[in-house]
Amino acid sequence: MQNHFELFGLTPAFAVEGEALERSYREIQSKVHPDRFAHASDAERRASLQWTTRVNEAYRTLKNPVQRARHLLELHGVDVAFETNTAMPPEFLMQQMELRESLEEATARKDSSRIDSLRKDLGREKQLLEKAIADAIDVRKDYRGAAGLVRKLQFLDKLDNEIDAAYETIE
Amino acid sequence: MALMQISEPGMSPEPHQARLAVGIDLGTTNSLVATVRSGVPAVLPDAHGRPLLPSIVRYFADGRVEVGYAAQARQADDPKNTIVSVKRFMGRGVKDAAHAENSPYDFVDAPGMLQIRTVAGVKSPVEVSSEILRVLRSRAELSLQGNISGAVITVPAYFDDAQRQATKDAGRIAGLNVLRLLNEPTAAAIAYGLENAAEGTYAVYDLGGGTFDISILKLSKGVFEVVATSGDSMLGGDDFDQRVFCWAVEQAKLPPLDPRDMRRLLVKAREAKEHLTVHGEAPITAKLSTGEVVDLSLDTETFCSITQTLVQKTLGPVRKALRDAGLRVEDVKGVVMVGGATRMPQIQRAVGEFFRRDPLNNLDPDKVVALGAAMQANVLAGNKPQGEDWLLLDVIPLSLGIETMGGLTEKIIPRNTTIPAGRAQEFTTFKDGQTGMSIHVVQGERELVSDCRSLARFELKGIPPMAAGAARVRVSYQVDADGLLSVSAKESTSGVEASVTVKPSYGLGDADIERMLRDSFEHAREDMHARALAEQRVDGQRLIEATRSALAADGNLLGGEERAPIEAAVAALEKLLKGTDHRAIRKAVEALNHATEDFAARRMDQGIKRALAGRKIGSL
Repeated sequence: MQNHFELFGLTPAFAVEGEALERSYREIQSKVHPDRFAHASDAERRASLQWTTRVNEAYRTLKNPVQRARHLLELHGVDVAFETNTAMPPEFLMQQMELRESLEEATARKDSSRIDSLRKDLGREKQLLEKAIADAIDVRKDYRGAAGLVRKLQFLDKLDNEIDAAYETIE
Repeated sequence: MALMQISEPGMSPEPHQARLAVGIDLGTTNSLVATVRSGVPAVLPDAHGRPLLPSIVRYFADGRVEVGYAAQARQADDPKNTIVSVKRFMGRGVKDAAHAENSPYDFVDAPGMLQIRTVAGVKSPVEVSSEILRVLRSRAELSLQGNISGAVITVPAYFDDAQRQATKDAGRIAGLNVLRLLNEPTAAAIAYGLENAAEGTYAVYDLGGGTFDISILKLSKGVFEVVATSGDSMLGGDDFDQRVFCWAVEQAKLPPLDPRDMRRLLVKAREAKEHLTVHGEAPITAKLSTGEVVDLSLDTETFCSITQTLVQKTLGPVRKALRDAGLRVEDVKGVVMVGGATRMPQIQRAVGEFFRRDPLNNLDPDKVVALGAAMQANVLAGNKPQGEDWLLLDVIPLSLGIETMGGLTEKIIPRNTTIPAGRAQEFTTFKDGQTGMSIHVVQGERELVSDCRSLARFELKGIPPMAAGAARVRVSYQVDADGLLSVSAKESTSGVEASVTVKPSYGLGDADIERMLRDSFEHAREDMHARALAEQRVDGQRLIEATRSALAADGNLLGGEERAPIEAAVAALEKLLKGTDHRAIRKAVEALNHATEDFAARRMDQGIKRALAGRKIGSL
């Protein structure tokens, strides 16, 4: 089975060109999507459903930085181990706890502009981390080191979800 | 000057005959059917030139059924047997149905989906809906003078699996070949986008009679991509009527009303709401069966204040959809308004203020969904040449999950995932010698299973006895392009496939559908055998055509010994098509489908290779 990058005709790398990925995704979809096979035989409709499902899954994986990095590291034989490896540098954990406390306070005070600014800060942090991951994987080929960065990025993604939940609470 | 083309005798290709395909908007209040004729989408009116069909069905003791305006006119006389807004009951239990206490119906609480007791017997919402669809089908067949080869039926984007399945079943019972269930806001986006050559990010705000949807789409040449959708499948124009109704009861200090008076006053409430769209004040006058006369006047200000919470309630899902899309208000280039309820000025105002721009109202909010559905049906029927068609990418509105320890939900496919989507999970046994396993699939965003909608309980049986933790049961979930879920399972270590018992928590079993189909044939006095034969013949013919054109295009993918069995299966089917045994035809269709399985998969692979090769050449 091809890996997700090969499926879209891309070179495996963390820094993917979004437009090339999207173009390739759409070109494949226009060939395999069930809408092209509404009047086809059952066999063709089944094949279309399977292919579209796989293409959608691959696209979703490559669009999301954490999932993309995880897939890439797996190709290099490194398991990111989100579930088992939760050890984090203490200063990172401290910072995370502070951010969560600020979010809780802002939610309690229904302070949406404070939540807005937390989201902005978080966005910047994520960008920095993504740059570091690209450097570790694509340039330095330090896959073990990258795994640690990816775990951090996943932490930030979780906080992002909590920010969504906070908005919902105060609305 | 173009020269007339004349082909060699006997070599003339079959003249390309466009397949008759329709789009159906099965609405809470009104339903419509539309088609594309000579490239132009149009709503098909009834014999009196009326485009809408009120979604109202009246049952009579003698088995007669009246649908539409006739049923609407007499609804207050026979409220128990005249079903309005049946869409609100699709795939729903009695406890889910809003305003059940203000409904005149005699509900029967069946497992999963409620039923309604009428003089003509107990009816499922699916059967009631199929009556509406049947009227639209014959309207279309009469107007297009031919059999409909397929239909696209629209559903609210926020409909869950149970509601979608119920809609598809209704189509089947009405004798329609349902090509696709299409989300209403997406249908509207197609109609709007093509009409206006729109490019960029658009929001579709769709407030119908009973449901509310908000979808955010990215439109670019040839692609309609839904990035996020949200909504409330229990919020619509009907709720505004209810508010006015309650206001009137309170103002006139009325005692509890009987079903007829209730319906009479609800009709007046609705008329007042519509009147207020263009006037500052609306009269509500009704003579009740008690002789009491209600004589009230509702002004715009009061109307806005009693419905303000409803208007606000639509904005929560709008914010959520924008967040899920990762977009801000200023990223949205336009807001397309859909659904009759968006005519209310307070809705227009609230949406305009929220998005900080005037909403787009240049398409008829009653017709736009049906027109978009017709355009999509035309594409699915294959009537558009490649290059002129488009790609539609839609999403699943609510997360799918399974129950884990302690009644908690584990998400398997998150909301706003592009469909078709799939996921496989591996489970193992908990005890030595365990031979069964039960899996509970739910839909919704909440953490507790009890707060989500139960879709199905699957029991896996026949796992070979092994030590605890040794069995490997692989469960696959598949959501298709209609947004419908199917589940399959197999045990892999022993090579034994575990049998799967599917027990849907809702809706209809195959036996129910059989019965309804039978009833509907009796009712329509159609010959079931003749119909089945006609359907199988169309199916068979279609399959032969598809197979031949596949062989002509990609026959090189097959070795000689691989081609022979396919051709034999085609020949066998062709021979049976001349006969009248619909079961034999069906078997031959299945056999041909089976024979072409590998070939179909290879063709698909080749399609992808070509797409990629094209891209590389193009980007040089």
